[in-house]
Amino acid sequence: MSDKPKFAMYWAASCGGCEISVLNIGEKILDVDANFDIAFWPVAMDAKYHDVEALEDGAILLTLWNGGIRTDENEHLAHLLRRKSKILVAFGSCATEGCVPGLANLSPVSEIFDVAFHTVSTDNPNNIHPVASFEVPEGTLTLPTLRPVLKTLAQVVDVDYYMPGCPPEPHQIAAVIDLVIQVLQGKAQLPPKGSYIGCGASTVCDECPRERNVKHITAFKRIQDVAPLDPNLCILEQGVPCNGPATRSGCNSRCPRVGAQCIGCYGPAEGVLDYGARLITAFASVVDAKEPAEIDAILDGIPDPTGQFYRFNLADSLLRASTKAWKR
Amino acid sequence: MSDKPEKPRVGVYVCHCGSNISGVVDVEGVRDWAQEHLAKDGVVISRDYKFMCSSLGQELIEKDIKELGLERVVVAACSPHLHEKTFRTASERAGLNPYLTELVSIREQVSWVHTDKAVATEKSKSLVAGTVERVVYNTALEKLKVPINPNTLVVGGGIAGIQAALEIANGGFHVYLVEREPSIGGHMAQFDKTFPTLDCSACILTPRMVEAGYHPNITLLTWSEVMSVSGYVGNFNVTIKKKARFVNEELCTGCGICVEKCPQQVVDEIYEAGIGHRKVVYTPFAQAVPKYPVIDAPNCTFFKNGKCKACEKFCPTNAIDFAQQDEYLNVEVGNIILATGYDLFDARRVTNYGYGRLPDVFTSLEFERMCNASGPTNGEITLRDGKTKPKTVGVIHCVGSRDKNFNNYCSSICCMQSLKFAHLVKERTGADVYEFYIDMRTPMKSYDEFYQRVLDEGTLFVRGKVAEVTNAARAEHEKGKLIIQVEDTLIGKQRRIPVDMVVLSIGMEPRADSKQTGQLFGISCSADGWYLERHPKLDPVSTMTEGVFIAGCASGPKDIPASVSQGAAAAARVLDKILQKEVELEPIRASVNEAKCSGCRICNNLCPFNAISFIDDLAITRINPALCQGCGTCVAACPAGAINGTGFSNEQIFAQIDGILTLAPARSAGVGL
Repeated sequence: MSDKPKFAMYWAASCGGCEISVLNIGEKILDVDANFDIAFWPVAMDAKYHDVEALEDGAILLTLWNGGIRTDENEHLAHLLRRKSKILVAFGSCATEGCVPGLANLSPVSEIFDVAFHTVSTDNPNNIHPVASFEVPEGTLTLPTLRPVLKTLAQVVDVDYYMPGCPPEPHQIAAVIDLVIQVLQGKAQLPPKGSYIGCGASTVCDECPRERNVKHITAFKRIQDVAPLDPNLCILEQGVPCNGPATRSGCNSRCPRVGAQCIGCYGPAEGVLDYGARLITAFASVVDAKEPAEIDAILDGIPDPTGQFYRFNLADSLLRASTKAWKR
Repeated sequence: MSDKPEKPRVGVYVCHCGSNISGVVDVEGVRDWAQEHLAKDGVVISRDYKFMCSSLGQELIEKDIKELGLERVVVAACSPHLHEKTFRTASERAGLNPYLTELVSIREQVSWVHTDKAVATEKSKSLVAGTVERVVYNTALEKLKVPINPNTLVVGGGIAGIQAALEIANGGFHVYLVEREPSIGGHMAQFDKTFPTLDCSACILTPRMVEAGYHPNITLLTWSEVMSVSGYVGNFNVTIKKKARFVNEELCTGCGICVEKCPQQVVDEIYEAGIGHRKVVYTPFAQAVPKYPVIDAPNCTFFKNGKCKACEKFCPTNAIDFAQQDEYLNVEVGNIILATGYDLFDARRVTNYGYGRLPDVFTSLEFERMCNASGPTNGEITLRDGKTKPKTVGVIHCVGSRDKNFNNYCSSICCMQSLKFAHLVKERTGADVYEFYIDMRTPMKSYDEFYQRVLDEGTLFVRGKVAEVTNAARAEHEKGKLIIQVEDTLIGKQRRIPVDMVVLSIGMEPRADSKQTGQLFGISCSADGWYLERHPKLDPVSTMTEGVFIAGCASGPKDIPASVSQGAAAAARVLDKILQKEVELEPIRASVNEAKCSGCRICNNLCPFNAISFIDDLAITRINPALCQGCGTCVAACPAGAINGTGFSNEQIFAQIDGILTLAPARSAGVGL
C-alpha cells in the first residue's frame, strides 16, 4: 500500500447506478487512481469486511456511500465506515433521501416478502420463503435481515456531506473529485459540514430554458397524451406534472431539455423539509378551478400521488413511512 | 433546521382571566410546570396573575424585563386578537422589541372549549411549551410606515354610506361615493314611514341625499360599480366602471321631459318592488340624486329596433347620447368603507305561504311601496286588483328568518316593521289586523312603547308560526278569503283565520354577490354571508383587512338608527387614519430569497393583495412589502421554499410543533423515530 490518502465507496440498498455514474466521469477516474489509494470498493475490486475492520479509525479519507439502510448488514457497514472515514459522503438519492427503495416504507416487511415470493408474478413452485438462518451439515448459514423500514444514511450515522441525484451527474462527480484533490493540495477549502455538494441551491426551473408564464392548470395529463408537446413552453403549463419547480438544481435540467418532465431525482431544494408537501401545495395552487367536483376531476389526473410527489424522498420526508410499516 | 441560537431568557405569564381561565385550567399548575420543565428551553421566570391585562399585570412583565433581563415573553391568556397589542406594547415600554413577545390562547382555545380540568391543564402546558420553543426563534422586527392618501371610497349609497360620506366630507376630506343604482338613497328611499316615530322616510332622508349630491368634497358616482381594487391601507387603487347612462350629465337639467315622452313602460322590479311601472328612460323616484335619468338599454326600443328616439327628439338641451360608452375611472384612496346593504329574502321560497301564487299575499317591501304616497297606488292600501280595500289583514313575522329551512338568524327589523304595518292599516283602512309572531322583539329606544300603542289600537296578536296560507275554504265564512292556518301557542289550539290580505314580513339576506364583493375588497363573510367584523363587539366596523371598513347591513341586519351610527363610526375610524397621516404596517411580511427563486411562476397568480410581481429581466419573483398582508399563501405554495414568511419560519413552526408534542403520550413513553 502506498501513502496516498485512502478512498472507499460502498453500495447498500441501491441499484448500482451510482457506481456506473462514477465510471461515467471518463478519464477523470485516472485522477482518482493517481491521488487515492482505493481501500474498499466492492464493485471495483475485491476486499473483505475484515480488511476494513483492521484499519485504524479515521484511516480512510473519503468514503462515498450510496444506497439506503435496509438490512442489518447495511447498518453494520454504515457504522463501520463511519468510524473508519474522515469524510463520509451520502452519495446519490438512496443515501441522502431513500429514493425508490424507500417507497417500500409504505409496506411492512411481511408484505414485501409476499409480493416478492408469493404473488402471481413470481414463479416459485416450491413456495420457497427466505429465512434469516438455515442449518446445513456444514454449519449455520445466515442472510442479512430486513429492518422494518429503510433509513437514509444520516438517519443512522453522522454524515459530512450530501450529494443528491439518481444518480449524481458525472460532471458534478468530477467537479467534487476535483475539489477534494485541490483541498489535498492545499488549494481549496472544504465546504461547511452538512453541505449539499455537487448541485445547485435553486431548482431545476432555474436551469430550464423553457418559457414560463403564470400557470392555470385545467387538467393533469400523462406526457404521451400531450401530442405534440410544445418544445419551448414550460412542461407543467402544458398539464404534465413536472417536478422541476421543487427539485434541486444541478442536473442542468436534463429531462425538461429533451422533452420529458422532471421526476425529482435531485431531491428538495435547499432548506425544504418535505419535498412532496411542497410540491402538493404548489400544484394545488395553480389548479384553475373553483367547484369541488371540477377540482377533483383535475386531481384525478395524478393517479399515484406517492409516486408523483415522494418517488425519491419518502424515507426522508416528514412522515418517512406508513404506520403499518413502523408497527411491523 | 439551523442550530438553535443561544437560549434567550424567557418569561412565562399565565393569566387567570378572573375565573374565565382558572375555572377550567389549573393556572398555578401550568405556572409551576413551565418553571420546572421549560427551564431547559430558557424559561427563567414563570408567574400567574388574576388579570394579566390589567395595569398591574402589565407592570409585572415590564419589571421582570428590566430586572431579570428577559429577552422573550410568553403570555398565556386570551386570543391574540384581543390582547397581543397590549402585551407587545408593555414589552416595548420596558425596552423589549414587541415582536419578541407572543400570546398563547388558553382561553378561546382551552378554557372555553373544554370542561375536563386535567385535560385542559395538560393542553395549556403543551401550548405554552410550543410557544416557548417558538419564541426562541423570533427576531426583532420593525413596523413599516407608509403615508396615507386622504381620499376615501364609500361603496353603497344607502343611509349608512351617505352618513359615512357626509361625516368624512364635512371633516374636510374627499370622498368618492359609488352607487350601482341610478340614485343614492338605498332601501330607505322606498319606505313610507319609519318606526317607531312614524316620520316620513323621504322627508328625513332626502335632505341628506341632497347634501351628499351637492357636497364639494363628495364625488358622486351613481350607476357605477367598483371593478377592481389593488393596494393596501393608505394606498388603494380602485377602478370604477361608470355605466353608460346615455344621458350627458353636463347638458341634462333633469327636467324630466324625456321620461314623460318615452312611450315604453316596464315593470319596476327594483324601486317599486315589482308592483309599479317606470319608463325606459327613468329616474327611480322624484327626489332622486343625482337628477339625471338613465336609459335602460335592454328595454329601449331604439336599442332593440333602431327606431323611436322620442327622448332625443324632445330633449330641450340635446342631452340624450345613444353613443355613450361605459367609462372606467381610476381613483387613488387611502381607506374604503363598504356599505353595500342587503337583499330581501325571496318569499317564493316559502311555498306554503303562497307568495307569487295567491295574488293577495304581499311582501313587506311591496306593502311599503303601496303605503307610500308616491308609490303605485298613491298610498292606498288595496288588494292586488288595485281597488278593493281589505277588511282583514294578516301580517306574518319571521318569513325566511329564524327558520332552520332558510336563515337561522333574526332579521331584527321585522317585528317593528310589522307593527308599523298594523298601525298604517288601521289608520288608513280601519281593517282588522292580525299579527302572527314567534317572539316579539322590541328592545331599542321607544320600540316597546310603540308595541303598546299598536296593542292599544286593537291589533290582534297570535303567537305561533304560521303553517300555511291557503285559499282552499273549508267553511262558508272562509270562501273567497285567504285562510291562515296557525297553532296559537298561547291557547294551545290550531286556528284557521280568514283574511283578505296577507303581508309577509320578509327577512334580510346578504347581497347575492356579497362573496364576490368580499373577494374584490379582500374581506371575508360569515357562513351566512354577512361581512365579518374584526371583532363583533369591540371593533364592529373594522374588517381583518386594514383600511377596509364596513357599515350598515353589510355586516348583518340592522335598523336605520344602527346603520346611521355605523356609517358615522366607520367615518370616525377613517378620519382617525387620515389624521395620522401615515400608517404603521405589521412587519409580518413575505419576502423572496432571490438566490433560491427559480422563476417558476407558481406563486404569480396567488396573491390576494396583488403584492407579487415577476421581474422578466432577472426571471425572478418579487413581493412588494407594503402590499403584502402576511397571509402566507405564497409562502406555502413556493415549491422551492424560496419565500420566507416573517414570524413563520420553518424553524419557528417546527419548534412550536416540537414544543406542543412535549407532552404527547408517544413522546413521554419514549417512542419515536
